Amino acid sequence: MNPAINDYDAEKAFLNISQIDMVFPTATGGFTALKEVDLQIAKGEFISLIGHSGCGKSTVLNIVAGLHQATKGGVLLKNKEVNEPGPERAVVFQNHSLLPWLTAYQNVELAVKQVFNKTMSKAEMKDWIEHNLKLVHMDHAMHKRPDEISGGMKQRVGIARALAMQPEVLLMDEPFGALDALTRAHMQDSLMEIQNELNNTVIMITHDVDEAVLLSDRIVMMTNGPEATIGEILQVNLERPRSRLSLAKDVEYNRLRSEVLTFLYEKQRKIEIITENKAVLKTPAKKRMTN
Amino acid sequence: MSSTTVKFDSSTGTDKVVQIIKNMMNKCTDTMLLPIIGITSFLFLWSITAQSIHTSLGEFPGPSAVAQQFSALYDEHITEREKADAFYERLAKRNAAKLAKNPDYVVKNRTYTGKETFVDQIFTSLFTVTAGFIVAAIIAIPLGIWMGLSKRLNSAFNPMVQVFKPVSPLAWLPLVTMVVSALYVSDDPMVSKSFLTSMITVSLCSLWPMLINTSIGVSTINNDLLNVSKVLRLPTLTHIKKIVLPASIPMIFTGMRLSFGVAWMVLIAAEMLAQNPGLGKFVWDEFQNGSSDSLARIMAAVIVIGFIGFLLDRVMLKIQQKVSWDKTS
Repeated sequence: MNPAINDYDAEKAFLNISQIDMVFPTATGGFTALKEVDLQIAKGEFISLIGHSGCGKSTVLNIVAGLHQATKGGVLLKNKEVNEPGPERAVVFQNHSLLPWLTAYQNVELAVKQVFNKTMSKAEMKDWIEHNLKLVHMDHAMHKRPDEISGGMKQRVGIARALAMQPEVLLMDEPFGALDALTRAHMQDSLMEIQNELNNTVIMITHDVDEAVLLSDRIVMMTNGPEATIGEILQVNLERPRSRLSLAKDVEYNRLRSEVLTFLYEKQRKIEIITENKAVLKTPAKKRMTN
Repeated sequence: MSSTTVKFDSSTGTDKVVQIIKNMMNKCTDTMLLPIIGITSFLFLWSITAQSIHTSLGEFPGPSAVAQQFSALYDEHITEREKADAFYERLAKRNAAKLAKNPDYVVKNRTYTGKETFVDQIFTSLFTVTAGFIVAAIIAIPLGIWMGLSKRLNSAFNPMVQVFKPVSPLAWLPLVTMVVSALYVSDDPMVSKSFLTSMITVSLCSLWPMLINTSIGVSTINNDLLNVSKVLRLPTLTHIKKIVLPASIPMIFTGMRLSFGVAWMVLIAAEMLAQNPGLGKFVWDEFQNGSSDSLARIMAAVIVIGFIGFLLDRVMLKIQQKVSWDKTS
């Protein structure tokens, strides 16, 4: 499809987040949320971003998604610069973001129609939508609307919608953050199962140390803002498929877990800078109509 | 009412039956008894007060006088219809007779020119208000969507909206009348000037709630939904059709209901001054007429106006419930 595919340097730079700075304008001048965030991601890698709230994890994700523009530096996907949102970088939003007036099927359909408009027949689209809903075990409630299904189910549909776009990179913003612990564990297992099958490139934001260790190939730990950046990167070499039960007693798993905990609660102990965090929250997302 | 259909076989069931009957009684009280008590006491107070108000047209009408006028108005309507029917029958006979005498005779069809009855006037009013409301909606909803999508357009238009919104229909009316008289010149007019004047005045006044609600509805769409649209790169029209419209439908309908209420209120005033043959003209004519029945007839019109306003709102609500995905409204 793209001539750039052959040019890119082996696997290392499938997705290249290159020296990103993010400065939000505030009443009292610029607020530097991110400073020199630099990360190279290989194809098929599962990356977790972890850090205290307000450290700019979501900002990194939004820049990769194209919803925000970095002030300095940029993002390259297969050596092409990212400067607007697009379905090749599908996002699973924290609060599912399903359109409440459409059924689960129709929500996925909206995405599929937009992405595969020219390449798929109607029947193929139908199969593809159903296939993706089956993948997240939602085929039994395909024709229900978001208000008729549980929070976990909504998030499944959100994931199905993102997967159905066949993205190059799947971006997940605390996908399970709003779910109860049991549902969350269940969703993590589902996600691992899907990941085994599809081997997507994933960036996931999380607050949950166990989730990060269980799912990731690498855990990217971010320092506290302002001027947040990548503090440490932890390679997770646990064998796949992983099972949460057997890992619970695994020495390596517990070592990784304690490394993340050490980073979060010793090296980057949260010092509340409430006023400045609020300034970030208040900055509205740039309203831009593409096309 | 249907408590007999609820059967319980054990003795513990009697408690439940009592409970169910109690619930039903409570429901009856809420939906039937209390409103009846309210209405009765209102009628009582009305008739007491009415007796002590003496106007130059006689005693202020109490409920019974108004009820009498209701039936009188209805009788007038029936009589007028009979007259009209009789007229057309005579006309048909005469034409037939003339045709029999002279086969080349060109048939002249005249329309009955008797006065509009109260019932006719109700329908004229309903037609005028609907026309005015639809014109307003056709302007306000697309413009509101546009204003909601574009902050700049909103900033540009907002001052005008805020200034024109509180303007009374009575202030617009002379201007509208003159403009209509100047611009709507035709030998064979499709609609009368008075209709056009009333309709435009209604549109001018009912535009604003719809415009404001639509633009607020569109500009406050959840950012996540907008992000979904961005990630999918939906083209502008698809974006409006698939995201913006459904998301703001509840707000748009709230605006439409407010607007329809305003339109109905404005219409009566507009019809009075523009002499559009609707309920407003009826009230005005009765006032000018000044017979001993006039006040009772106006009071009858007031009740009808109120009742129709209420029904219109219900109709809009039903349409909203049908169209909107949000069934909680």
